[in-house]
Amino acid sequence: MADTRDIEVIVNGESRVANVETRASLGDFLRHGLGLTGTHMGCEHGVCGACTVMVDGEAVRSCLMLAVQANGHEVTTVEGLASADGSMHPLQEAFWKHHGLQCGFCTPGMLTSLTAFLRDNPDPSERDIREAISGNICRCTGYQGIVDAALEVAKTMQKGS
Amino acid sequence: MKPAPFIYHDPATPEEAVALLSQHEDAKVLAGGQSLMPMLNMRFVVPDHVIDLNGVAEISGVIDTGNTLEIGAMTRQCDLMRDPGVNAKTPIIPEALNWVGHFQTRNRGTVGGSLCHLDPSAELPCLMSAYDAVLTAHGPDGARDIPFAEWPLAYMIPTLGPDELLTKITVPYWAAGHGYGFVEYARRHGDFALIAVAALLETDGDTIRRASISIGGADVSPVRLTAAETALVGASLGADAFKAAGEMARGIEAMSDAYVSSAYRQRLAATLVERALIKAGECATGSA
Ligand SMILES: Cc1cc2nc3c(=O)[nH]c(=O)nc-3n(C[C@@H](O)[C@H](O)[C@H](O)COP(=O)(O)OP(=O)(O)OC[C@H]3O[C@@H](n4cnc5c(N)ncnc54)[C@H](O)[C@@H]3O)c2cc1C
Ligand code: FES
Ligand code: FES
Repeated sequence: MADTRDIEVIVNGESRVANVETRASLGDFLRHGLGLTGTHMGCEHGVCGACTVMVDGEAVRSCLMLAVQANGHEVTTVEGLASADGSMHPLQEAFWKHHGLQCGFCTPGMLTSLTAFLRDNPDPSERDIREAISGNICRCTGYQGIVDAALEVAKTMQKGS
Repeated sequence: MKPAPFIYHDPATPEEAVALLSQHEDAKVLAGGQSLMPMLNMRFVVPDHVIDLNGVAEISGVIDTGNTLEIGAMTRQCDLMRDPGVNAKTPIIPEALNWVGHFQTRNRGTVGGSLCHLDPSAELPCLMSAYDAVLTAHGPDGARDIPFAEWPLAYMIPTLGPDELLTKITVPYWAAGHGYGFVEYARRHGDFALIAVAALLETDGDTIRRASISIGGADVSPVRLTAAETALVGASLGADAFKAAGEMARGIEAMSDAYVSSAYRQRLAATLVERALIKAGECATGSA
């Protein structure tokens, strides 16, 4: 008999109620339980960063957290970054502009990680940004476009505030 | 579904967690999950029961007792890095935590989890060795204190009974104005260190009054360089003393693996001990 629990999680602002197997990871629950396939599962042992989501605003590996552990918490996935009207988050715009993605596999993890990072570090150096994404592996871009995009968003955010 | 089936428990107190551990044969405690979840996902570990400590609020957070810093085992690595008291009185702790994985893993990973996992090159055990920290374990018969020197039992195994829980880590403060240095070398930032070194110095003017040097990654658990510590006490701060201390590290027992020879680890240890001491010497403002 599978061990299951009822959970309620606020995902991208919406309350989601489900009965989950306790051994299910948060990432698998988001993808298979809720159909939110924007969160990508790569290594599933914490190394690649593709599965990163925000739990109560903090960037975490969704492959290293159980879905039951998200009970009562707020989760933001890459699907939750754009506005309700479909207009992209400034970081998404900047990724597009600076060629911060190619195949797109690492992109959800990059965007969620950098969204949390830039909120807490509004004036980062290039080095700070490289360190922040040191746990996010990208096989396509060589990182340069990603770093450029993050630097530009940091600058615009500062002008805006 | 990656992990094999298990029964999930979420106790609210240490006593409940210990009771669950005593009750169930094949149980694993889940802290931040940054080491255990990979092992569950890969089915290296296949427990019948998983006891999640994330709801045990009373073993999370830090207390400044005046002479010591008490760290709850479930304190997240990121919270320790942000704590103003920790930054003021034990600045080597946030310095070392910068090297532990990545900011996303530090958001979940705990202090107790790292000490129980006891990876040979993990930063936190190396630090706690330098501090002679005391670890408190809770079992069915109550609490007991374990000095860090007695904590490691074997490769990645702490001296913890099957129904015991690490609940608290007590770090004795060094004098205000003490010097500290934490350095390591890893192939990529965020990877486990090949060698990590923690150094603490108390000084009186230019004279060293007290020294602690711990080396991680060389052996199965952190090693204290006691001969160099003794030699440093009474010596003057400066390049010569630090170089000599580094040379003493060249003779330590060091592991070899498929990538790195024991001689290379010894060489790294010598260089990194010297560098950690130089850093510590530079920021020691005199404690007397
Ligand atoms: C990509 C990546 C890079 C990393 N790099 C580093 C690094 O450079 N340096 C480093 O030190 N670590 C590194 N780690 C591991 C670190 O992040 C973990 O936080 C740490 O090793 C374990 O802490 P945890 O709280 O996640 O514990 P868990 O993974 O939950 O538990 C680890 C083990 O300790 C036991 N345990 C945990 N808490 C207790 C307790 N209170 N009482 C009894 N037993 C307990 C568990 O049963 C388990 O066996 C890395 C991890 C990842 C994913
Ligand atoms: S899938 Fe989670 S870090 Fe790779
Ligand atoms: S865009 Fe392909 S992995 Fe980063």
